[in-house]
Amino acid sequence: MKKYTEDHEWVSVEGDTATIGITEHAAGQLGDVVFVELPAVGTKFKQKGEMAVVESVKAASDVYAPVSGEVVAVNQAIADDPAKVNADPEGASWFVKIKLSSRSELDRLMDEASYRKLIG
Amino acid sequence: MAMNAQGRPTRADAATAPGPTFTGNRALQIEESLIFEREFGGTGVDLPEPKAKDRLGSMKRQSPLNLPGLSEPEAMRHYVRLSQKNYAIDMGPFPLGSCTMKHNPRLNEKMARLPGFADIHPLQPQSTVQGALELVHELADWLLELTGMPAVAMSPKAGAHGELCGMMAIKAALDARGETGRTRVLAPESAHGTNPATAAQCGFSVDDIPADETGRVDLSALKAKLGPDVAAIMVTNPNTCGLFERDIRAIADAVHEAGGYFYCDGANFNAIAGKVRPGDLGVDAMHINLHKTFSTPHGGGGPGSGPVVLSAALAPFAPVPYVVKEEGRYQLVETRRAAREDGENMHGGRLTAFHGQMGMFVRALSYMLSHGGDGIRQAAEDAVLNANYVLARLKSEMTPAFPGHCMHEALFDDSFLKGTGVETIDFAKGMIDEGYHPMTMYFPLVVHGAMLIEPTESESKQELDLFCDALLSIARRANAGDASLKGAPYFAPRRRLDETAAARNPVLRWTPTASVRAAE
Repeated sequence: MKKYTEDHEWVSVEGDTATIGITEHAAGQLGDVVFVELPAVGTKFKQKGEMAVVESVKAASDVYAPVSGEVVAVNQAIADDPAKVNADPEGASWFVKIKLSSRSELDRLMDEASYRKLIG
Repeated sequence: MAMNAQGRPTRADAATAPGPTFTGNRALQIEESLIFEREFGGTGVDLPEPKAKDRLGSMKRQSPLNLPGLSEPEAMRHYVRLSQKNYAIDMGPFPLGSCTMKHNPRLNEKMARLPGFADIHPLQPQSTVQGALELVHELADWLLELTGMPAVAMSPKAGAHGELCGMMAIKAALDARGETGRTRVLAPESAHGTNPATAAQCGFSVDDIPADETGRVDLSALKAKLGPDVAAIMVTNPNTCGLFERDIRAIADAVHEAGGYFYCDGANFNAIAGKVRPGDLGVDAMHINLHKTFSTPHGGGGPGSGPVVLSAALAPFAPVPYVVKEEGRYQLVETRRAAREDGENMHGGRLTAFHGQMGMFVRALSYMLSHGGDGIRQAAEDAVLNANYVLARLKSEMTPAFPGHCMHEALFDDSFLKGTGVETIDFAKGMIDEGYHPMTMYFPLVVHGAMLIEPTESESKQELDLFCDALLSIARRANAGDASLKGAPYFAPRRRLDETAAARNPVLRWTPTASVRAAE
């Protein structure tokens, strides 16, 4: 199941693990990403909490947690080579994996059709 | 022969146009290497071998110093050539929105160079610098008069430093009230980046204030976010979209009612100085960028200076030092004083080693005295008039971000470029070829492909017309499918630089191999 936020994060859920990244639209709007800051494994976030930072030549932007939970893995590869975010934002360039603490929060997020409508 | 818009021949006929020159120089544009890339060894001065006995032991230098080997005329030429590659307000309009690049009057410079101001030392006995202290005191008086506030801290050294001072005062006031649970600061999404950074530096978390469709603070959304955990709001007025926050009094009242403080970012005070007193708007703390509103040089031309005016509630938490007049003499108060008799609520400590940016104080007061109160008001009016003139001249072919009049800045989005393949950055680079410093771009972030133009009051109608015609010509080129903008600038000393590579792989220090690495 894949869901989207108004702040252009995507979250893909398997079991109780949620994989989170920024959408292709967001990566395109940011332009060339030059810096990514990721949280430490073990950090706990509430839904909409500031989870990571992504910076391009145009702007610096927070990445918000689409759902509450604890970080179980981070994608060090995008911190080492931020260009990867532009190359495959919704695939290999995920940001963090978190252990879901409340599945019901997913209901408040958008499905793909609603997100496509949002970005026009 | 091709003629430019000013009716002068601009370039040779294509048939006879030459290729690149042998030297790389283009007439007055001289190609110049870094000073470190010059030959090393003997400088223009031959220093004798020192005769003193060497006591350095193992600390003794093992190899020569490797100073660039330049004679005096070579060194002179090097720096003059570099300076000629610079764009400056003394060369042309500098429409960098939010930065207020107004003319720096030469009278200010003359005053700042008076020996009584320029040649004094901050540790000199106070009896020998009474004139300088009087100047600081008088400047403080002007700032209090213009803002309608009861107190001012003069020592902060720039806008963001002033923000830090103001937010530290707010934190201290909350601590004194025993309200340590107020941990949240609200700031609009369009805020200057320094606002959330300052709040975070002071240990607060930052929450966005939503904007309404007119680009202003959404009052009801703000009210919904207020609560017993809110320490302060940080709002710029006029805001970073160049718009006056009409609900500012209601915003201030709502925040005060909820027990928080109102920090006003004074970066745009130049649009309202002499017209509106922030003290009347319910402001608790506001920094004043002397280097914007009061014309002192900045952006590489000089240091900033950011005095902070404070409300009665925050005044007890101002930093030292400050100047007082007692028995006809000016004195610096340099130690913390108790604000209450029980010794609690001390004045803040020092924010800087000494007393602030003395040279900027002289320039700012010189500007104030030469303009007078009515002149400062007219400068604000003219800045707003100029921005609205630019908005009116450009709005038929470029797209304003918000409807209606603006204050001192005209803000456009990039929808007029949609489908052309040209983006805001290409448009900005095209401006460089036309001889202008680009406007602020991609800020504020809430506007897509933002172009923020602040002409200031310094420009004449003739200058603004040429500027607007140049921008319209770029817009027309973009809309006519002229792909050459993607490669601009063509006539600058350097062509399009790779900003992405520079950010991803910054080479900050020259080494013999750095230039090679940077090129890779």
